[in-house]
Amino acid sequence: MKAAPITLTNVTCGYEGRPAVHHVSGEFAPGSLTAVIGPNGAGKSTLLRGIAGLQAPLSGEIAGAAGQVALLPQAAGLDRSFPISCLDAVLLGLWPSAGAFRAITRAERARAAEALAAVGLSGFAGRIVGTLSAGQFQRLLFARLLLQDAPVLLLDEPFTALDERTAADMLALIHRWHGEGRTIIAVLHDMDLVTRDFPRTLFLARDCLGWGPTDTVLTPENRLRARRMAEAWREGAADCRRAA
Amino acid sequence: MPPTAGAPPDVFLTDPFLEFGFLRRALVGGLALALSAPPLGLFLMLRRMSLTADVLAHGMLPGVALAYILAGLAVPALATGGLIAGLLVVLGAGALSRLSGGREDASLAALYLVALAAGVSLLSWRGSAVELTQVLFGSVLGVDDPALLLMAGTATATWLFLALAWRPLVLECFDPSFAAAVGARGGLWHLGFLAMVVLNLVAAFAALGTLMAVGVMMLPAIAARHWARQVGGMAYASVLIAMGAVLAGLILSYRADLPTGPAIVLTAGAFWALSLVVGPVDGLLGRLRKGHREG
Repeated sequence: MKAAPITLTNVTCGYEGRPAVHHVSGEFAPGSLTAVIGPNGAGKSTLLRGIAGLQAPLSGEIAGAAGQVALLPQAAGLDRSFPISCLDAVLLGLWPSAGAFRAITRAERARAAEALAAVGLSGFAGRIVGTLSAGQFQRLLFARLLLQDAPVLLLDEPFTALDERTAADMLALIHRWHGEGRTIIAVLHDMDLVTRDFPRTLFLARDCLGWGPTDTVLTPENRLRARRMAEAWREGAADCRRAA
Repeated sequence: MPPTAGAPPDVFLTDPFLEFGFLRRALVGGLALALSAPPLGLFLMLRRMSLTADVLAHGMLPGVALAYILAGLAVPALATGGLIAGLLVVLGAGALSRLSGGREDASLAALYLVALAAGVSLLSWRGSAVELTQVLFGSVLGVDDPALLLMAGTATATWLFLALAWRPLVLECFDPSFAAAVGARGGLWHLGFLAMVVLNLVAAFAALGTLMAVGVMMLPAIAARHWARQVGGMAYASVLIAMGAVLAGLILSYRADLPTGPAIVLTAGAFWALSLVVGPVDGLLGRLRKGHREG
């Protein structure tokens, strides 16, 4: 699994002309495992959506991501009451290769069943997604990621609302993907988890406050700064005062 | 219950169709619509757009009325007028809410109220009360050859469209942001889907009338939720329910001397009520029994 590096050059992303994250430059190396941290509204999800190609950056350039990215969105955006079976939901992960029309082969069905088993949902193939708990549903989305088999994985708050056991299982999957040489970028809030399991960290608070090995970014000063920002953060105030 | 003592019971069901060609035509046309409209209604329901079909049907009215004034009760003209007006309302509401930042359902409501009032005004200005009733509520006599061709053609086109668009529609409903991430062009499929909805409503109004055309689309779809757990099974169930409603509704219309539109929609409504009570998925009886066992 060999991914190209993802290079950000002076990237500003945002909605309707309002920048949410300013002037970020740097590179996600192939096979790197990076945590993106920062207070709510710091532009973490926006940057992820930019890398995924869901919205073009307002300025600057994101290179190397096109066509090799799989995104795990925040679960809130899905219709969990939709009448679809777990197997079919996972099979939708084949869209990049199967598209709208190609028939699903028996081998692909078997792979989907394996993916369900790998996330601890064996026996759930025929279940309707509406009957899953929040944790099981997140496992399902991880199974879809498995089937997508993309060299670059973007995970937006993958552990939110998960119990400890589910979070541990999903973390093990992330380490497995890391071991396979995939590039992984995950938005996270749990600093202890970042320190323990993520070798690299990108600290965002509209501007990039630090990007590098986790122990150099998560210095005691930066941790304090992050906590103070989270307390004093105002989500509404966002105007670019620096010239692009 | 046979109308005359001693007659075999099937006569009550088959006699009207054997006797009258116009009823046979209405039956064939209605069955064609029953094949195509309910699966579309199913996706409208799953997208929480159950009321959109209603808005569309009302939005068609001024187009139909204008075509009627210009060309009389000729199906091709009425259909074209309805298609244009319906699409204008849908696309107009989308554009208005994008431009003015308002909610799309509010723009839709405003547009369809104006369209309905304008349509009824146009019709009563130029037409007779009988014709107004026909356009609003339908008439079996309205199913002439062009109308039948339109209904059959619409059903064929809808099934071809659904065969092609099934996967994108499911993906776009279930997980729109994933659809965007993998470049599934959900918006484009959705637009095509809305065009098919309008086409079905236009085809239906000749027999059912503009106000009742929605009934065959939405009621079987809503009822089907109680008969299947997955979207595919729901689609088949909705088609079967709609076909039953068309058959029973036409007989009711003939026997009770009701306009076809309300008769078919009432029958579909009865099937919905039945499904709600005895349907195996989330039916009231099943829930009650389950509640007893747990309690």
